[in-house]
Amino acid sequence: MKRTTLALASVALLAAGYTGTASAQAKEQFVPANGYWVGPYAPGGSGIFGGFLDYLKMINARDGGVNGVKFTWEKCETEYNNARGVECYERSKKKGPTGATMIHPLSTGITYSLIEKGTADKIPIVSIGYGRTSAADGRVFPYVFPLITTYWSQATAMIKFIASKEGGTAKLKGKKIVLVYHDSAYGKEPHAVLQKMAEQYGYELTLLAVPHPGNEQQSQWLQIRQIKPNWVILWGWGVMNPTAIKAAAKIGFPRNKMIGVWWSGAEEDVIPAGSAAKGYMAAGFNISGANFPVIQDIKKNVYAKGEGEMEDQSRIGSIFYNRGVVFAIVTVEAVRKAQEKYGKGQSMTGEQVRWGLENLDISEAYLKKLGATGFMQPLKVSCLDHEGGGQVKFQQWDGTKWNVITDWITADKALVRPMIEEDAAKYAKEKGITPRDCSKES
Amino acid sequence: MLYREAGQFKSTYAEDMQIFPIRQDRIGVILLLAVAFLVVPFVATQYWFSALLIPFLVLSLATLGLNILTGYAGQISLGTAAFMAVGAFMAYNAELRIPGMPLLGSFIIGGLCAAAVGVVFGLPSLRIKGFYLAVATLACQFFVLWAINRVGWFTNYSSSGVISAQKMVILGYTFDTPASKYVLTLSIVVVLALLAKNLMRSETGRAFMAVRDMDVAAEVIGIPMMKTKLLAFAISSFYCGVAGALYAYCYLGTVEPEAFVLDLSFRVLFMVIIGGVGSIMGSFVGAAFITLLPIFLNLATEVIANTFDIEISHAVVSNAELMIFGGLIIFFLIVEPNGLARLWQIAKEKLRLWPFPH
Repeated sequence: MKRTTLALASVALLAAGYTGTASAQAKEQFVPANGYWVGPYAPGGSGIFGGFLDYLKMINARDGGVNGVKFTWEKCETEYNNARGVECYERSKKKGPTGATMIHPLSTGITYSLIEKGTADKIPIVSIGYGRTSAADGRVFPYVFPLITTYWSQATAMIKFIASKEGGTAKLKGKKIVLVYHDSAYGKEPHAVLQKMAEQYGYELTLLAVPHPGNEQQSQWLQIRQIKPNWVILWGWGVMNPTAIKAAAKIGFPRNKMIGVWWSGAEEDVIPAGSAAKGYMAAGFNISGANFPVIQDIKKNVYAKGEGEMEDQSRIGSIFYNRGVVFAIVTVEAVRKAQEKYGKGQSMTGEQVRWGLENLDISEAYLKKLGATGFMQPLKVSCLDHEGGGQVKFQQWDGTKWNVITDWITADKALVRPMIEEDAAKYAKEKGITPRDCSKES
Repeated sequence: MLYREAGQFKSTYAEDMQIFPIRQDRIGVILLLAVAFLVVPFVATQYWFSALLIPFLVLSLATLGLNILTGYAGQISLGTAAFMAVGAFMAYNAELRIPGMPLLGSFIIGGLCAAAVGVVFGLPSLRIKGFYLAVATLACQFFVLWAINRVGWFTNYSSSGVISAQKMVILGYTFDTPASKYVLTLSIVVVLALLAKNLMRSETGRAFMAVRDMDVAAEVIGIPMMKTKLLAFAISSFYCGVAGALYAYCYLGTVEPEAFVLDLSFRVLFMVIIGGVGSIMGSFVGAAFITLLPIFLNLATEVIANTFDIEISHAVVSNAELMIFGGLIIFFLIVEPNGLARLWQIAKEKLRLWPFPH
């Protein structure tokens, strides 16, 4: 045993040493790409990181980086698995001249595992549209940014949307709503807020869990047939989504009464369900489509040179791909903001980028400059509010593409914010954290 | 030459019965421990601690637990991850709800609760064996996760079912750096591994092995079946429970019940099979093989791609890793069905005769 471990250890040491010194050059900004390209969630992971890296490549090629600082990255396969995600985080956090800029864990479970590690290592953990909702309270979670919108915000927006379809919140009384959710931390995030709204509006809420990975949903949909709900909210991920849509078609539940979360509303979720998906609706914090100037710039500066990430170019402009572009826009702008304070043309550390994220202000006019008007929502982050946006659009699948059917619907912040603060305060008490005083932050 | 026990005379029974009867083994183990305790904490990087060493040690402990049950007492179990979950969540609750609870006390409570669950789900082993028992323990796997998911008390009514480990303080010292967590994990694992090694040389251990080899014969010579089997379940689950607590506290810091799915049970079972069924050392080798090899393959492909400057699509690399990993498992099982520990044993035999094999 001693000899084998010794041999293994020395080889591994060589490998670790090699990767440690791989990219030690100045004027670079290292961004880890810890995602997943294999396994049941690969369509999401590969699409999002495809868009993410393409945008960074485009910024490098078109603008020469941010004030001359070019982005570098390294992919690490997490397999959507917490243990591997932590391994990737540890591997990537010290790379580049200033360490990891920020981490996009792309998994709620991994985000949870990294909250404390990132805070200790001073590396921002950015979970756009997933992760721990109560981390939006920046006083307790200085290094965690559930940006743009959170699960709780989305849940309130969904109920608002249902109410608008039913003809006002008063009509919600006595209506039956079923939540079909992925049985994990991710799927359980909306329970509290949906239940609270059920008390407020008087609808009946039924929670139906689907075990991972979700390719077996017979019994859940039989139950739905018995309950005869007015609306079904689908809180799924990966292979669970098309399965649910097909199961709904099988029992004859109308798909235009079925609303998916933004992780259930991509092309990859509906195309496998075929014609069954027609009429199905989903929330989204970004829009699909390749006609936005920002996507055209990527095509011109990256794909024209044959350097794009996507092997299947028809996926450019898909929901997941565009979401990755949104992730990258936030990343780049946070670095730009940090450079304004800490020195233009310098590589930023995680701590400096944290300041950039907290003072991020992407206005409608700035979005126009980026070529992303209507592509994503304006974003204004503060020490108190690490979410920033809180709006979603709803879209409907017509059998070939997603059509946006609403304008930005704002979350019920009056309901969500107190819950966030309550949960964050509970966390702070458990952990013995003294919340920051935001009036003293600059 | 180097590895030969000639000239090592034993003049007392105590000497004859010590854990490592051969002097070279003793020196080797002491050296290994000295390096692990005194050198590694100062030379290893954070990456080594958090991503390689701690998970390796924690899973070694879980493998050791399963090895006691499967390897020594011959009872197949697919509930390892469930026992780990019980340990993790009960340690969390003990720390949360009992004021002034020492951390190690919480770990022990976690282990004891896992042992209790183990005994309950071990009851079917009195009537059924082999695959049927595996299915019964499978029920444990699903039941425990179901209970943790559904009963809010276990997760302190966390909205997402995630628990976050409390600060680890022992005698006023806070274990918050990766190196200190490593030392804590290592200490617990070493103590429990030595206990296990000793246990297997005792009457209880021999009773386990008798039951494994032929339970009817064991009963005839007077080994109480119920006590022995349930004790095996209890001890094994205790080890798994402590491993689970370490998994939550020292490794991830935050766990959701989904961290302990069936997949983990299978992985631990594979560690036992690959490392060596019925071998303490095999547990460590097996855990190293299953946890570290995929990471090593990942790093290796990166190095190869960088050195030779080949553009390989990341998805291809990731899939290839899984294939190579699977291939290596099959290769080792064909070459040595008794596990990697057996290879070491053969090597030792050869070393004894070297350089004059007869």
